[in-house]
Amino acid sequence: MDLEILIENVLNAVTAGITIGCIYGLMCIGLGLIFGIMRIVNFAQGELLMLGMFASFYLVTGGRALSFLGPYWGPFVGAICAGPLLFAGGALLHKFLISRVSGLRTAGSLDEGHFCQLIVTLGISLVLQNGGQIVFGSTPVAVRTPLSAEAYLIGPLYGAATVFLNKAKLVAFFVAILVAIVLYLTLEYTRLGKALRAAADNPTAATYMGIDVDRAYRIAFGLGSGITAIAGGLMATYISFGPFVGFDFVIIMYSGVVLGGMGSILGAFWGGLTVGFVQQFSALILPPQLQNAAIFVVFLVIVLLRPQGLFGRSAERA
Amino acid sequence: MRHGAGPRLRRGLTALAVLSVAYLVVVAFVSNSYYQLILTLVPVWALFGVSWNILSGYGGQLSFGHASFFGIGAYTVTLAVVYWSLSPWLGIPLGMIFGGLAAIAIGTPTFRLRGHYFALSMLAYPLAILYVLQYLGFQEVSMPMHRQNPVAFMEFSQPRVYTLIAVCLLAGGVVVSLIIENSRFGLALLAIRQNELAAEAAGINARQWKMRSLIVSGMMAALAGGFYARVLLVVTPDSVFGMLVSAQAVVVTLFGGVASVWGPVIGAAILVPLAETLQAELGTYLPGIQGVVYGVAIIAVMLLSPDGLFWTVRDRWFPQKSPDPIPDLVSLSPPVRRASAHVGAPLLKVENLSRAFGGLKAVSEVSFSVAEGEILGVIGPNGAGKTTLFNVLNGVLSADEGSAQLDGQHMLGRKTFEVCRMGVGRTFQVVRSFPRLAVLDNVIVGAYGAGFSDRAAIDSAVRALHQVGLQDTSGVAAGQLTNKQLRLMELARALAGTPRLLLLDETLAGLGREECDDVLGVLARLREQGMTICIIEHTMHAMMRLADRFVVLDHGRVLATGLPRAVVEDHSVIEAYLGRKWAARQGA
Repeated sequence: MDLEILIENVLNAVTAGITIGCIYGLMCIGLGLIFGIMRIVNFAQGELLMLGMFASFYLVTGGRALSFLGPYWGPFVGAICAGPLLFAGGALLHKFLISRVSGLRTAGSLDEGHFCQLIVTLGISLVLQNGGQIVFGSTPVAVRTPLSAEAYLIGPLYGAATVFLNKAKLVAFFVAILVAIVLYLTLEYTRLGKALRAAADNPTAATYMGIDVDRAYRIAFGLGSGITAIAGGLMATYISFGPFVGFDFVIIMYSGVVLGGMGSILGAFWGGLTVGFVQQFSALILPPQLQNAAIFVVFLVIVLLRPQGLFGRSAERA
Repeated sequence: MRHGAGPRLRRGLTALAVLSVAYLVVVAFVSNSYYQLILTLVPVWALFGVSWNILSGYGGQLSFGHASFFGIGAYTVTLAVVYWSLSPWLGIPLGMIFGGLAAIAIGTPTFRLRGHYFALSMLAYPLAILYVLQYLGFQEVSMPMHRQNPVAFMEFSQPRVYTLIAVCLLAGGVVVSLIIENSRFGLALLAIRQNELAAEAAGINARQWKMRSLIVSGMMAALAGGFYARVLLVVTPDSVFGMLVSAQAVVVTLFGGVASVWGPVIGAAILVPLAETLQAELGTYLPGIQGVVYGVAIIAVMLLSPDGLFWTVRDRWFPQKSPDPIPDLVSLSPPVRRASAHVGAPLLKVENLSRAFGGLKAVSEVSFSVAEGEILGVIGPNGAGKTTLFNVLNGVLSADEGSAQLDGQHMLGRKTFEVCRMGVGRTFQVVRSFPRLAVLDNVIVGAYGAGFSDRAAIDSAVRALHQVGLQDTSGVAAGQLTNKQLRLMELARALAGTPRLLLLDETLAGLGREECDDVLGVLARLREQGMTICIIEHTMHAMMRLADRFVVLDHGRVLATGLPRAVVEDHSVIEAYLGRKWAARQGA
């Protein structure tokens, strides 16, 4: 009997870890583009996630622009739509603020302008959080879909042990994987992807090769914002959120990107997946207050043992 | 103390005294208890910023998690009162001890990391502690009052006393920071921030200085946190370990001016009252508006003044006076001489040295020796393993096998700064300078690295500047030098530690013909003074004039050794340099 419960718990933690982990993975790819590749310390990434959630919320539940799609399709189409919206938002943010403290302007300067980026993105984060409180109010909301209350049952597998698959999370999981694959192929096989990678690797050299580095950075920043926003929209189908929700996830994002190894898009995805797994498994053995502490401890242990991340390569030159 | 520290310290202390008195006069006229609290919090957050600035501003080790130390101080003081009835007068020093211990515990593993990894790992510590404290049930701990003996428990009915104490604590922090800034401690940190590898190669034990700065910084942050708890009487994990607490230290310092002791003070004096006033005035009408205004304000200032207010104001309105003149050669104390072997005896002996990167053997079974007083030219085509050889010799890379001895002492397996202290100076293929430091300070780093006293270090640096002919540019920031001057400055930095052996990596690279001749002249003079030199160089005609002997490397192996004339006529060398076809045609 005890064994049955244990098996059921473990199996459910595995499935929850995979589904939530992949959504985290998508979220981490967004930061991976901005932090891992462009090396911009963006404290406002959590707020981009929050804006993605609210974008989806207003499209689906609040503004009802997508209500003709019905409660099953609507929320996920809304999440995808949050992408282009926040892509534009991110690109504007980059054009008017971030580009002044990053990229070519600071290449080669002391600390590469990181100190300044830190404050500017912290300021953006404050403005978005508090501005969100004014615009959206502070009552938590959720994107309603009947799917979040339904589950597929697999089993009973061993005795009475059954795996519960929440339908909202499952669909979100598939959408997340799909978006991640499309993005990966785009970055790997198109001219745009090549330009982004070149601009990230050495902005000065990329300029000499005729790449418009500023534009490449703007697109990368927009993509990073849009991808994280899509992940936010997907999450909005199964959690409730307010303007300060970004804070809970920004640390998870940084953990995921660093775990995966900076500069690697695939790595960021695996890193996010790892964090999701750790979070779900720690729920089996730890009291709820310590679950987040577990993420940080795992993060510290992995980074200290393998500073280049789980999937990154060490690249230090003398 | 550093060169010119005396007047700087005097100016700093005067400014500190004037500011403190002026601040206390303002305090005396404020009677609103809310404003009194703000006036007490300004020095507390300024002190926290000063502590962050020591590690992250001077040393460049960006920490997102200084709340660890602040929170440890706050919780130590509070829990000591609650459980042991220990007065904050003793609890605060106890908290500082814990802060220092935490610095050692956190720094020991975390200093293995660099850059972003270090910054983010630091962020994880306070957040992990935060959740553990919540789990242990310390969500909200308030400090019990001791009415029967208030002063012994740091309880005062007159709130201005707290402000007075806060100002005194801040003044203490500023003095410590000023002393660091003007001593070899500060110079080492500045050098590490600007180029860690160059600092190591100049003999600076980077790890040790970083650790010291973290300990000082952690203790000071714990002091700020402990007093903060005493003033607010209640601590929660979020209010002392939260991310916003860490951000506070970063924001006040970067806003006010990073790497200056006055930066955090200016930042706190503007931002703390601004945030509190906005909160009180606007927060009630429209919750959130205060955060928006605050956010916009810090963004605007950073766009206008990226290095912080202090530096912008100073550069615009208070241009720096010309730096203190350096002492002339006659007044210098006699140079520190290292024991030397007899001229002609082997100083450096390398045997069977190998180093591979994956499958690529960059250096393979290399053996050669350098006699005392000799100039050995290391030549070979690109990718022959010349720079790797130097990196292995001075401890930047580890060797796979083989040995290297300097006058009978083993060099391999030591850290870069240890090799430097054995008497091996090094310059780099791409110049590694400390761009924001004056030329003299750049060179003094090398002298400090050798362990000289303050006076001897300045003398040795001045002598080195004369040796390379840079004595007239000693006050210029290294970032403004020409390529030739940079090469010479790097040479002077190596010379300032009075090395027995110089490893020069393409010192002539990128120089024009005349510049080349100037540098060759300097090297020839060094030879006359008995310096032993290993030099990597591509320019054959320069090497023919300079070197006594050649070692030719190709594909990591020694192709030939011997006198210059013999080597350049060696068939295999010609083949390696110019290709087999060319060699065959010559032979025919």
